[in-house]
Amino acid sequence: MLIIHCPNCGERHYTEFRYGGDANRKRPAHGSGGLAEWHDHVFVFDNPKGAHREYWQHVLGCRDWLVLERDTATNTPGVVRLARDEVAQR
Amino acid sequence: MSERYSAFSLARHALTGAPWPELWRKAEPRKGYDVVIVGGGGHGLATAYYLAANHGIRNVAVIERSVIGSGNVGRNTTLVRSNYQLDGNTQFFEFSLKLWEGLSHALNYNVMLSQRGQVVLAHGPGQLDALARKGNTMLLNGIEAELLDRAQLMRLLPYLDYSPRTRFPIYGGLLQRRAGTVRHDAVAWGYARAADRLGVDIIENCEVTGFTQDGGRVTGVRTTRGEIRAERTAISVAGHSSQVAALAGLRLPVESHLLQAFVTEPLKPLVDHVISFGAELFYISQSDRGGLVFGGHIDGFNNYTQRGQFPKVQTVAECAVALMPAISRLRVLRHWGGIQDMTPDGSPFIGRTPLDNLYLNAGWCYQGFKATPATGWCFAQTLAHGEEHPLIRPFSLDRFAHGDGLDEYGLGNWTWKQ
Repeated sequence: MLIIHCPNCGERHYTEFRYGGDANRKRPAHGSGGLAEWHDHVFVFDNPKGAHREYWQHVLGCRDWLVLERDTATNTPGVVRLARDEVAQR
Repeated sequence: MSERYSAFSLARHALTGAPWPELWRKAEPRKGYDVVIVGGGGHGLATAYYLAANHGIRNVAVIERSVIGSGNVGRNTTLVRSNYQLDGNTQFFEFSLKLWEGLSHALNYNVMLSQRGQVVLAHGPGQLDALARKGNTMLLNGIEAELLDRAQLMRLLPYLDYSPRTRFPIYGGLLQRRAGTVRHDAVAWGYARAADRLGVDIIENCEVTGFTQDGGRVTGVRTTRGEIRAERTAISVAGHSSQVAALAGLRLPVESHLLQAFVTEPLKPLVDHVISFGAELFYISQSDRGGLVFGGHIDGFNNYTQRGQFPKVQTVAECAVALMPAISRLRVLRHWGGIQDMTPDGSPFIGRTPLDNLYLNAGWCYQGFKATPATGWCFAQTLAHGEEHPLIRPFSLDRFAHGDGLDEYGLGNWTWKQ
């Protein structure tokens, strides 16, 4: 069972969360970029076998969006942070 | 080389006790081939077979990291059907089903096709309307389909839950009688043996570690057993498509997800059709050994572990019992996972890539097994002629850039929801 350590609520089963996909994807600024850039942003994946940063929303808990580091080869969870803290540091 | 199977050869071996020859040679990699296929799954082997059988291209190697039959061709739930709604899918999967119907004879190997019929259930009037529309689409494409009402289903599938208190009452269903199951290991072995008989080299325990390139042209592969030159190179790996494509510098619209499947202890014949639940993704059939084989949805987040999460086991068991309360005390005998390519629209990619002489077959989501013969047929023609077979043009790698996504279930751009 994948267990996510929510910074607000503690250790919870992943079924309490909604998966939100790769957190490393950066949307091109509005009004910038060509078709190829937007196509790749929307449709193409890095799909790494190993370290992956990803969004989860704790829908059955605090409802905060989190960023989880997880190894996709083993499902071992790593550091979890609030997504808004991640964004604030950009 | 293996011998041709017949009643005569069976009698000869039975009477003389002569050992049966191996199904395919243990080939050593040669320096170069006309076509090198990366991935010895069902699709790769079928492609090699049709290259040799349909196009006379016999100087072909299939390179497999592990052994034949160890990947998804041996992990799926063995269903074949052609009840699809959208143009592109309907015609392709019907072509595949027609190939399944003649496959045992073509390969001289019994793949144990059992056309027991598949019923998709509707649990409300709106869902039944949608199934009627799908059935009409099939009929317009020359595929038989029968819409069944509740009374007909009670006669056909008397073991489902028709009680008034059930959470998802059964309103009716859509039956495709030609759908059914195939022995999946026999598909891998049959294609491998038939390809080998035509001269294809099947090279097991050989991992591709890179591609050799000259300008924008792929000239072969680097492997754990040396470099192999190739006029044309095909990627047909599934699960690790992104990793192998990355060796050539390509990024794909593919994410790797885990799907679980289950088989129960054997019981006497009970489920004589393939049944698809309509209230959640769940389907069930009975194997020739008597085990109930079933599966559900992917786990819901990308990973490569081949080891499933327990909540999906629970969901699938809940579906099984909701549909057939009689099996609630049946024990699960085996349970396994496989890694499948998921794509933004649930449809695959077959054909050319941005690199010359490199061809791709990936992104099959839930549908790879039933597509095996048609993929092999069409991909072989694509490799032979350097241009996509008409049936696979809807599955192009650049379709999203043209607004041509093929989203059979209308689920939107979420790999983990497809």
